[in-house]
Amino acid sequence: MNHLISMRDLNEKQIMAYMHLAEKIENGKVSINLQGKLMAALFYEPSTRTRMSFETAMKRLSGEVISMVGTAGTSVQKGETLADTAKIMARYTDVIVIRHPNEGAARWVSEVVDVPVINAGDGSNQHPTQSLLDLYSIMKTQGTLRDLNITLVGDLKYGRTVHSLVQAMSPFNPTFTFVSPPSLAMPDDILRELSDKNISFANTEDLNSSASSADIMYVTRIQRERFPDPEEYDKVKNLFIVNNSVLENAKDNLKVLHPLPRVNEIAVEVDSTPYAYYFEQAENGVIIRQAILAKHLGVAE
Amino acid sequence: MIKTLKVDAIKRGTVIDHIPGGMGLEVLAILKPRPGEVVALGMNLSSHVLAKKDIVKIEGRELTQREVSKIALMAPNANVNIVRDYDVIKKYTVSLPKVFSGVFKCPNPQCITNAEVIKTVFTVFDGSPIRLQCTYCERDYLSNELYS
Ligand SMILES: [Zn+2]
Repeated sequence: MNHLISMRDLNEKQIMAYMHLAEKIENGKVSINLQGKLMAALFYEPSTRTRMSFETAMKRLSGEVISMVGTAGTSVQKGETLADTAKIMARYTDVIVIRHPNEGAARWVSEVVDVPVINAGDGSNQHPTQSLLDLYSIMKTQGTLRDLNITLVGDLKYGRTVHSLVQAMSPFNPTFTFVSPPSLAMPDDILRELSDKNISFANTEDLNSSASSADIMYVTRIQRERFPDPEEYDKVKNLFIVNNSVLENAKDNLKVLHPLPRVNEIAVEVDSTPYAYYFEQAENGVIIRQAILAKHLGVAE
Repeated sequence: MIKTLKVDAIKRGTVIDHIPGGMGLEVLAILKPRPGEVVALGMNLSSHVLAKKDIVKIEGRELTQREVSKIALMAPNANVNIVRDYDVIKKYTVSLPKVFSGVFKCPNPQCITNAEVIKTVFTVFDGSPIRLQCTYCERDYLSNELYS
């Protein structure tokens, strides 16, 4: 059975297959019809944007959707195991999209059901459809995924999307610059994985000087609750804001990405520059999820 | 020749030799001797193969393959001798498996294996140090994080 659980499971060729299919869908070069196909969205924790993006993708391709959002009032609350719930949903539907607070939940479900399973986020572990949409945004704006300078800004310690993105870009010979306060730096095990793969990276706190060489600047939110000391938060929160002055010497092809929602880490003035790409990025989420659903339902290659 | 360990030969049970010096206690912690099983531990003995080695003898218990694989992490080059009537009837050389299945608990409290009844699976990355990755939560661990 063909599941989408983790970026770790995908090689370069498989990643590019998603990219090419998404491109064809976007350019109207392929017409996909999922009429008669039913998707189950099992969301054990709410993530409205991800769920709506999946539902939109399915419905745009004439497929249908049933959703469980949260566990209140469901058999889960009566003590039903994840495995049992998933087995029953697999008998009703053609594909399971699952979001769950426990890490490894999607992998576990994929082992007990015989329909394709798509991981829509398992705790702080993986969120492969977000990674593929980030890659698609990068490819669309740069024309390639190869040999790019990628600067990641903000909370690099707890940010699942940045961890997945770093893994997802690894087959394409990237150069990474990690810009964060020291307490939110990229975790050691990820740096070790990069060293093992001979990928170059640098850690810095200096946002201004790292902006000029970047092809992609990927910004994430620094959350107040990550700082036990509020003074510490106040000290760093303004050091990692991307505004027009940070982008003064940027390369023409630079695009600024953000998984959204943003708070103040990208100044609103950036929205009207050619560097802003975060809203298009969100739109790309529907296209890449159409490609993912079509592929995993066996309707397209 | 190495001088024989000054612990009586056993009638029936298991002798584990060539445990790296100091790891004997860890091995015993994994094997969890039961009441009535007589255990002898020799620590920091001199050895040809290792700088210092430990030896563990358990009277009255024959180790299973599964138990032997548990030891592989802390004593990858150990010899396991199964003894009956003072004779070695079976010898295993412990070797590091590619995967540990159902042996260790995942230390990540958020891992799905700690929320439902699931056999853990750890993939072994043979390097120095040896690292193990949980198939489910995908976290990486050093071997001592799994057995301590
Ligand atoms: Zn785990």
